[in-house]
Amino acid sequence: MRFLLDPEQRAFAASLDALLTAADTPAVIRDWSRGDHCGGRALWARIAEAGVFALAIPEEYDGLGARPVELAVAFVELGRHAVPGPLVETVTAAALLTEPALAKRFLPSLAAGGTMATLASADAPYALDGDAATTHLSLTADGLRLSPGPATPARPSLDPARRLTPLLPGGELLSPTPPTDQALTWARLATAAQALGLGEALLDRTVAYVRQRTQFGVPTGSFQAVKHRLADARIALAFARPLLFGAALTMSAADVAAAKVTACEAAYTTARTALQLHGAIGYTAEYDLSLWLTKARALRGAWGGPDECRDAVLSARL
Amino acid sequence: MDLAFTQEEDAFRAEARSWLHAHVPSVPLPSLETEEGFAAHRAWEAELAANRWSVVDWPTAYGGRDSGLVRWLIFEEEYYAAAAPARVSQNGIHLLAPTLFAHGTEEQLARVLPTMASGHIIWAQAWSEPEAGSDLASLTSRAVRTDGGWLLSGQKTWSSRAPFADRAFGLFRSEQHTARPHQGLTYLMFDLRAPGVTVRPIARLDGKPAFAELFLDDVFVPDEDIVGEPGQGWSVAMSTAAGERGLTLRSPGRFLASADRLHELWRAKGSPEALRRKVADALIGARAYQLFTYAAASRFLDGEPLGAESSLNKVFWSEYDIALHETALDLLGPEGELADTAWSEPYVFALAGPIYAGTNEIQRDIIAERLLGLPKGRR
Repeated sequence: MRFLLDPEQRAFAASLDALLTAADTPAVIRDWSRGDHCGGRALWARIAEAGVFALAIPEEYDGLGARPVELAVAFVELGRHAVPGPLVETVTAAALLTEPALAKRFLPSLAAGGTMATLASADAPYALDGDAATTHLSLTADGLRLSPGPATPARPSLDPARRLTPLLPGGELLSPTPPTDQALTWARLATAAQALGLGEALLDRTVAYVRQRTQFGVPTGSFQAVKHRLADARIALAFARPLLFGAALTMSAADVAAAKVTACEAAYTTARTALQLHGAIGYTAEYDLSLWLTKARALRGAWGGPDECRDAVLSARL
Repeated sequence: MDLAFTQEEDAFRAEARSWLHAHVPSVPLPSLETEEGFAAHRAWEAELAANRWSVVDWPTAYGGRDSGLVRWLIFEEEYYAAAAPARVSQNGIHLLAPTLFAHGTEEQLARVLPTMASGHIIWAQAWSEPEAGSDLASLTSRAVRTDGGWLLSGQKTWSSRAPFADRAFGLFRSEQHTARPHQGLTYLMFDLRAPGVTVRPIARLDGKPAFAELFLDDVFVPDEDIVGEPGQGWSVAMSTAAGERGLTLRSPGRFLASADRLHELWRAKGSPEALRRKVADALIGARAYQLFTYAAASRFLDGEPLGAESSLNKVFWSEYDIALHETALDLLGPEGELADTAWSEPYVFALAGPIYAGTNEIQRDIIAERLLGLPKGRR
């Protein structure tokens, strides 16, 4: 038992963090929100080049093998920088397209970043960023279909960087029995990791803010009421993290659901704290904090909301 | 990164499970906060010790199995899963012993530890005073030099287990007028039955004498019972305080077992919808705490100190413990008011969690200032 990231995993996180810091993600996010996907696509290519999408894909299809721990490491960093796009959906697509013929057809391009996939299902009828995605999958009663494309218009999300698109019905039936449970587990793991990174970024930004913002002649961060809210956010995120990596090791549906609900609740609580402690400036779209705040709410409901995940935990115990 | 145990660790788990299965009393012992229960728990400590299960991580010379941290965690999981009795020796084992391992003399280790392991001597802690709780360094009880030792005077309060315990340990002011209140303190062990000691039990919320006030009037303590150097008591105490809040005081095994029992209770009550969320959160919280502890143990084994991170632990488990027990009482419905259910005493005990071992307000200050780097301010 050595429940710690090894040096290579930590180095992978650090290199992604450096890549994303240099990429000026706030500008990319704002462009993406306006429907300008150029910067987002360029960033997507660099993320793929770093191997992120290959982490859910077997080696025979140009992937790095199923490496959920490394995937979680990567998605924490994507969340920390609030990278836009159907990141989770592309990983989920890879987990759905495992039948040999489909794998051969789709996975190499998913691994290499050439395909940006998105997905709609009965439970989640809006595909994320259908206008930007190149492959549109649809989970229907008769199986997994390749949708002809997004229906218009896209609907706005509470997170301006997410565009929610219904998909056109019909299309090629790819598989009558896709591995949906397994794909959902990957989706929740990646979402949990993204939420954790998002929460960490919200906490870091808020700590930095209350250290320099003064009121009554002192930094607001010296007030106990402020400190205690931030301490609670620190605690919530600190306990979500081991659940995330424990789930990545077991990949059991219950462990991943536990990680999903805990990380998303921690990120959302931190977002509420961040908004409150920034005051009115935090309530504006022009201030970059908003890019993280709105995403925290969206991720909470994505791929199984809190109560759905709690049910998954309970049902594993029957 | 892995969560796998070695074959030896699995074998250790199996051995512990089988011993506990054969030895854990089938009828729960009376509350350890009563005279009768204290004696029964002392006898249980002796039974554990006779089979070297009372202090598995200690060196074998002092009654342990030299098991290491991971096996200690495994033992704790099995211990609580087996519904074994609460540990009446925990103040000694988790607070004094780590301090002695870090600062004690060979003579002290050889003299104090074996009788602690066997339950022959039960230790109470004597930290707080009427005017010194969270602000512990403001304590005023005194240790004055005398021939061959020290004379203790003053008053201690909230001394857990003291009504029935044998000895106590705590901090005393040995120098007056120091530049800072943390200076000039000395860490001493003393006999609760020595001349000059008056123990006045204090009843907690449920009326049981879980702690006491100690009145000390020129109580003689020989030099051999100082831990560390005279005047250095604060750093001696603080060097091991992280353990109290962190790994040792509340092992994950306890919460894993409690969460499982809560889940069983929920199902036995027909899985009421209204409490579904809280029951799920209890299961999730126990797993989070277990994995957090595994990560902390892994770092500790890599040689990293636990430090301020243990404050995260303390706030988490203390609030978790209350939430879990409140949910149990809610599930019991009208029975939840009764003081003699399996959940009542643990509930009352849980209520104290955010207060002792440094209040949660102090822990949040530590988290904010030392982990987040926020400026110190008025409390």
